[in-house]
Amino acid sequence: MGYTVYIILVPMLMFLFLGLGSKWLRPRVAGLCGTLGMAVSTLLSYATAYRYFFVEGLQDGAYPALTAWSVQWLQFGDTLHIDMGVLLDPISVMMLVVITTVSLMVHVYSFGYMKGERGFQRYYAFLSLFSFSMLGLVVATNIFQMYIFWELVGASSYLLIGFYYTKPAAIAASKKAFIVTRFADLGFLIGILILSYYTGTFDFGLLTADDASLAVTSMAGGSFLGLSAATWAMALLFMGAAGKSAMFPLHIWLPDAMEGPTPVSALIHAATMVVAGVYLIARMFPLYYFAAPDVLTLVTYVGAFTALFAAVIAITQTDIKRVLAFSTISQIAYMMVALGVSGMGGHAGEGYTASMFHLFTHAFFKALLFLGAGAVIHAVHSNEMEAMGGLRKYLPVTHITFLVACFSIAGIPPFSGFFSKDEILSAAFGHDKFIFTVLLLVAGLTAFYMFRLYFRIFWGTERKYEVRPHEAPASMLVPLVFLALLSCAVGWLPFSRLVSSDGIPYRLGIDWAIAAGGILVSLAGIAVATRFYMRERGLAARVAAKWAGFWRAAYHRFYIDEAWQFVTKKILFRCVSTPVAWFDRHAIDGGIDALGTGTQQLSRAVRGMQSGRVQTYAAVFVWSVLVIVVCVFIF
Amino acid sequence: MNILSVLVLIPLLTLLALFAGKGQRFVRTAVTAGFGLQLVCAVAVAVVFLQQRAVSDEAMLLFADTVWYAPFNIHYTVGVDGISVVMILLSAVVAFAGVFSAWNMERDFFVWYSLLAVGVFGYFISLDLFAMFMFYEIALIPMFLLIGVWGNGRKVYAATKLTLMLMGGSAFLLTGILGIYFTSGATTMNIMEIARLGVPMSHQYWIFCLTFIGFGVLGALFPFHTWSPDGHAAAPTSVSMLHAGVLMKLGGYGCFRVAIFLMPQAAQELSWIFLILTGIGVVYGAYGAVVQTDLKYMNAYSSVSHCSLVLFAILMLNRTAMTGAVLQMLSHGLMTALFFSLIGVIYGRTHTRDIRQMGGLMRIMPFASACYVIAGFASLGLPGFSGFVAEMTVFIGSFEHADLLRRVLTVLATTSIVVTAVYILRTVGKILYGPVQNPEHLKLDDAHWYERFSAVALIACIVAIGVWPSGVQGLIYDSLAPVVEHLNLF
Amino acid sequence: MMISMEHYLIVSSIMFFVGIYGFIARKNLLAVLISIELILNSVEINFSVFNRYLYPEHMEGLFFSLFGIAISAAETAVAIAIIINVYRLANNIDVRHIDKMKH
Repeated sequence: MGYTVYIILVPMLMFLFLGLGSKWLRPRVAGLCGTLGMAVSTLLSYATAYRYFFVEGLQDGAYPALTAWSVQWLQFGDTLHIDMGVLLDPISVMMLVVITTVSLMVHVYSFGYMKGERGFQRYYAFLSLFSFSMLGLVVATNIFQMYIFWELVGASSYLLIGFYYTKPAAIAASKKAFIVTRFADLGFLIGILILSYYTGTFDFGLLTADDASLAVTSMAGGSFLGLSAATWAMALLFMGAAGKSAMFPLHIWLPDAMEGPTPVSALIHAATMVVAGVYLIARMFPLYYFAAPDVLTLVTYVGAFTALFAAVIAITQTDIKRVLAFSTISQIAYMMVALGVSGMGGHAGEGYTASMFHLFTHAFFKALLFLGAGAVIHAVHSNEMEAMGGLRKYLPVTHITFLVACFSIAGIPPFSGFFSKDEILSAAFGHDKFIFTVLLLVAGLTAFYMFRLYFRIFWGTERKYEVRPHEAPASMLVPLVFLALLSCAVGWLPFSRLVSSDGIPYRLGIDWAIAAGGILVSLAGIAVATRFYMRERGLAARVAAKWAGFWRAAYHRFYIDEAWQFVTKKILFRCVSTPVAWFDRHAIDGGIDALGTGTQQLSRAVRGMQSGRVQTYAAVFVWSVLVIVVCVFIF
Repeated sequence: MNILSVLVLIPLLTLLALFAGKGQRFVRTAVTAGFGLQLVCAVAVAVVFLQQRAVSDEAMLLFADTVWYAPFNIHYTVGVDGISVVMILLSAVVAFAGVFSAWNMERDFFVWYSLLAVGVFGYFISLDLFAMFMFYEIALIPMFLLIGVWGNGRKVYAATKLTLMLMGGSAFLLTGILGIYFTSGATTMNIMEIARLGVPMSHQYWIFCLTFIGFGVLGALFPFHTWSPDGHAAAPTSVSMLHAGVLMKLGGYGCFRVAIFLMPQAAQELSWIFLILTGIGVVYGAYGAVVQTDLKYMNAYSSVSHCSLVLFAILMLNRTAMTGAVLQMLSHGLMTALFFSLIGVIYGRTHTRDIRQMGGLMRIMPFASACYVIAGFASLGLPGFSGFVAEMTVFIGSFEHADLLRRVLTVLATTSIVVTAVYILRTVGKILYGPVQNPEHLKLDDAHWYERFSAVALIACIVAIGVWPSGVQGLIYDSLAPVVEHLNLF
Repeated sequence: MMISMEHYLIVSSIMFFVGIYGFIARKNLLAVLISIELILNSVEINFSVFNRYLYPEHMEGLFFSLFGIAISAAETAVAIAIIINVYRLANNIDVRHIDKMKH
């Protein structure tokens, strides 16, 4: 299946073509080229998925991990080498489908959304760059290839967030996104260094084979500060994953990243790039499970906390994209928890399947939500809920598709979110009741804040619109409808037959007892939201006033941004960098300058002896002679 | 005649040819032809080297030896291995690009520029300590005039400081070289010969320190790096390019070729001291760059950080890390030359290098700004650019050591990649993005064709290495085999 | 009392050191010149005295002092010419102001 490499190469070539030719290409042509390129990739991935699952199919009862294409890129020493390749296994094939589908939808959608924007060609070039990097990431055959593309998605995310480069907020957001994830990537890199030092390989196949026995045996001896080398390595890898997937406390960049164009948020910050962290953990899952189970516990708790934390903040936000951003954080945390509570093989690996399933469904409905929000923003030219209300009359298609997505994320059957969420809840229930309770609470909160969003946009009192809001053009509606259909349909996929922790298909039915609990909690959340926001009766404001302090704290995102600001601005900037620069200029350079002036002063002192006064010379001469004479006589 | 000597001869002939005329047209033609030919010749050297390497397993190829001064057994000995070839290619590319960045300079400038090139190329091909030292000095002296006469700002101060500090390093170096000459027992200055005989253990310590510090001054060894910010800030564009791009590599190359190769035991035993210094330099340079407001100062501190990483990796004394060191020299040379050439473009138009006084340049000069963003990405080690390959090779190689000190220092050094991102993105955000700060700037034009040529040539090299590193990496890696073997003999 | 060699030498030594003192301490160029004359004369006395007492049959010492007298006369002429020039340039002949030599 060597042709799979073209799935990645086509967007890359398209990026080069659009990037270098942006000056000469007309915007429409550039957009069309980019979209066509993406369409080719999409078709190829569908073909790949079909062939992988249904033509090649099972080998010895399990889905194999195929290296479809590989080339050695760099060799270190005798054993370590970085390959560039295409690895096909259930999760990478699934990711190929997700990424190309969402990316294609975003390409099409952007035709309408970005119409007339300055730098339209550049935008499509960056979209291609991102698609290339993200596809390269998911098909990585080894952890270093993943790291390489991991950095590249970070860079393309930076470029796309900062697309409106004259807007200060966008610049600050892009910078923040890059630096925060870069900081997390430092952990990733060190993790790789530790891992490769002990195991002598980067290859996923070798690392995860035979219950990760290579890592378990080779890293057995090493320890540092009381923790084993394996724990360090896997925890540091998790740090990288947490940065990309916006886990607490590295989540701060994601809400700000909403400054980018909305389709970009849909593609990068909802469906694909932010789940790369989850994907990384899933990729390395056997290592986590066998070599560092304590890190999995960490993953679970960080995930559970983040899910709750982000859900609470999402309730209070008034910028619709911010609400969706926090919702994304919360949902990704859900996936993390699912991985954290998962076991290995068969039904024990339910969490793994559930996590990937949720990743899959979430990509579609969250992209749909963002694109819908984009259509709303397109209509009212504002991100703020205050400027919206009663839009259902003006934007009927957007309204329906948005509602589908809301039901899906809230976990109402038969929409896709229900199936994946139910699996996660059931996996958590089997593992830890406390985590389960938290997740259930988050499910309720999710339903509540999503319907708060929905009602405040499409219901409530109607604003006075200066320009009558109009439904988006066809290029934007087609992706909405398509994604809405997917959100309804993909839940019915027999996912456990395709993706499992050990590649062996198994049956996973719906646990109706837990499902009923989940549905009830979600319905309760929806009911409360309906009561509060369907008609604006001030009830929501009164409740908020009762919890004013908590509300304000949540609205300010619990001041985590400020805390980071304090660390970076005050401590690193003021207390490290400024003194370092001062020290260099004044102490070290001052020392060198002092050497120079010292030499000059010494020479000045010596020059004083050469006074030009003959009498002084004579006096010195006479006295010297006397001294010499006396010396000669004495000795 | 040996093809390597042609590399010295071409700049020398260019220099002489410049005296034949004075018109700008003539000068441009002469230097473009001269340095273009030099580039062709450097590529030819690489090709011939690759051919010969396929059939020979000598450490040094294209070897030639002529007696220069018989009483002291001083020879003009030339020969190259993969590392020198890489350095020669780097120098030729940067020098050629530098010509285009100095398109409007007068004849006398190029006279000294060519002399500088004579020194640089002579240095990289020399295998005789004396000849090497002589070419080293030839490369340093023109710098004084190039900065002092054609620079800007506090140019005389900067030029004096730079020259004096480097001369101070040379004093250490000369003492060290004499020490090697008189203690090794060899009656020659030939490096390979001395390496074969070895320097007695009792003398290795002091000679190692002297030569390492001597070359280290040019390689921005903390705390002898302070000539770099002032010097680079005052130098004209193409001199900054050549200086940071090539001349600073003379330091790293010397540390490798002389200090470590000839004093292997001392290097093994004393490396920890210098590792700490260079480790500090890596982080310190990066933090120093964060608060700079002058573009050139920022880039100079960034160079301190990157060049410290070169020395850091060399001192790890294993093959992977040393490969990384050479790659980092190559990559930093191209990257920083690109940076300085773009800063020259911006400064030439806005007449300021103060970050706070610029903004929104992306609208005004899109080409230069786009290149600047690319340079920034290359500098912060984004995959696809040479910097990433170099840094990763260094980190992986350094982490191969099992002892705690080297591990901790490596982890410390990796933190610099975050700090680098901070200062690069901060600058990019301030000067290129955002609203236009100074309405006067709206009238400025984008880069001229010759400035574009310089930038594009450098970017092409950076991307080529970043995308397909295995060729050049293999070349370096193979050439390090005899070196590492020699290091492990003891 | 017989006048011995030592008596002459004492006188010439006194003259010599007075001359040295004058050369170093006096500020007036003419006085400095006179001091130099004193030094020269003391030397010439020494020449004559040593010649007369130690080698009476030779005449070299006496001739040498005659040379000395001639040289000191020439030297005085040159020195006075210099001093006049210095006076024209600087309007005084105080040695403290004549430090142009260091430049």
